[in-house]
Amino acid sequence: MNIDLSSGLFYFLAAVMLFSALGIIYCRNLVHSALFMALCFISVAGLYAMINADFLAAVQIMIYAGTVVILIVLGIMITRRTTMERTSMPEKKYIFRASVLAGILFFLMSYIFITAGTLPTLNTVTLPDDTVSALAELLLDRYMLAFEIAAVLLLAAMIGAVVLAKGADEK
Amino acid sequence: MHEGLLVNLTVFLTRIAEFIFGNIFIAQLFIVLLEIVVIFAVISLAVIIQVYMERRICGLIQDRFGPNRVGPFGLLQTVADMIKLMSKEDIVPAKAEKLLWGITPMLLFIPAALVYAVFPFDNGVIFADIGIGIFFVIAVMSQGVLLFLLGGYASENKYSFMGAMRAVAQMLSSEIPIAFSILAIVMMTGSLRMSDIVSAQSGIWFIAVQPLAFIIFIIAMLMETNRTPFDLVEGEAEIIAGPFTEYSGMRWALFFLAEYTNLLAAAILTVTLFLGGWQGPFLPGISWFILKVFAVIFVFMWIRWTFPRTRIDQMMALSWKVLLPLALFNIMATGIGIYIYKWIY
Repeated sequence: MNIDLSSGLFYFLAAVMLFSALGIIYCRNLVHSALFMALCFISVAGLYAMINADFLAAVQIMIYAGTVVILIVLGIMITRRTTMERTSMPEKKYIFRASVLAGILFFLMSYIFITAGTLPTLNTVTLPDDTVSALAELLLDRYMLAFEIAAVLLLAAMIGAVVLAKGADEK
Repeated sequence: MHEGLLVNLTVFLTRIAEFIFGNIFIAQLFIVLLEIVVIFAVISLAVIIQVYMERRICGLIQDRFGPNRVGPFGLLQTVADMIKLMSKEDIVPAKAEKLLWGITPMLLFIPAALVYAVFPFDNGVIFADIGIGIFFVIAVMSQGVLLFLLGGYASENKYSFMGAMRAVAQMLSSEIPIAFSILAIVMMTGSLRMSDIVSAQSGIWFIAVQPLAFIIFIIAMLMETNRTPFDLVEGEAEIIAGPFTEYSGMRWALFFLAEYTNLLAAAILTVTLFLGGWQGPFLPGISWFILKVFAVIFVFMWIRWTFPRTRIDQMMALSWKVLLPLALFNIMATGIGIYIYKWIY
């Protein structure tokens, strides 16, 4: 791909991502926030696709952007429209602490990135032809144990959720 | 395998464009844009044909004529309907969230049309033969539900909202059997690429090897595309028209367009995954493809006009308690089958 075209695409996606991330925080309506979240996740997926991580991009769209639907349904069912306008305002007393913490984090991160010297870029890393089989070899061969433990953990969480939901219904 | 007719046509057009523009990059860009236009033209044309087909087949099954006055055999009925829809007054509900309500029908078409990028229409005729092909289709198809929810939410109407909630429940529970039935196919091909899935069926179609996955896939696809036995999202006897209640005129037509785009996508997926894609003897690939796709669409319509609508709890129970365990069993059986096959040969 042309260098100028891809960097232009990167800045466009980054701008959309930042804009929608701000939208998540500043929207008064819960549903609008969740929609901005979907937009944010999709632009992150676009960034993944740009660095040839196509499987990760599809997972990002399917899992994260797909979860927004559940988030909206839960949000609508748990909150009330009338209170939504008032309760989603940021708490005044946390603003000072939060901004100090964010500032410290920002300077730490920029210090690390500046002193780290050469970061791996697209030109220095050789890209695999087929990300799916490369991922499969890593997950199901080298990191087999971690993968299985994560799967069992998720299964346990799922069974727990089912038990909690059923118990509340039948008693 | 012979090279597809359309591949030669594309090469020929690229040469002409290169001659006109004098630059290979611009020529290729022009061809890519042309291909996008062709995909949209194919979708629009197929939707018009499907609407006509639906009404005629409905008439055939219910022992009546169907549209037969406008043009020969009523062929221009859909065109007349489209003109009517476009000339209708644009009614916006006073209490709706105007912006969200307005953009939802337009956005709904994006995931519906995006999946066409990875469908193999003929040998080599595929817009983007990406390595994650079928996974991309599943990921993009699952985004449609967000827009159904949005349309129902933004309409500020209780029936729209109930329909939207039903859409979420129904589509989420249909996607899981779809993904697991496709997984059995992927296990046999060893690739997610759509062209690999088609070429793996050059000997025997997957419908013969994976009949259980085929049945699960068809039923779950009927749920995913909101067609009758499972059109609970817009069950007009219960909730008027579900998420589309407040939409009229051209906006409603966009919902309608997306619905038939999804039906066509479902038929193309069925053909690609189970019926050998464009492969077939004597005729060129594209004609086999069109024949198979319309045969599958006919079966979908046959099912629609034959079965009564189920209840929402029956549908959910079918999806989670029958289709999902069957799909999981099918994956296990496929795995064992592959090992036995490798052990014998």
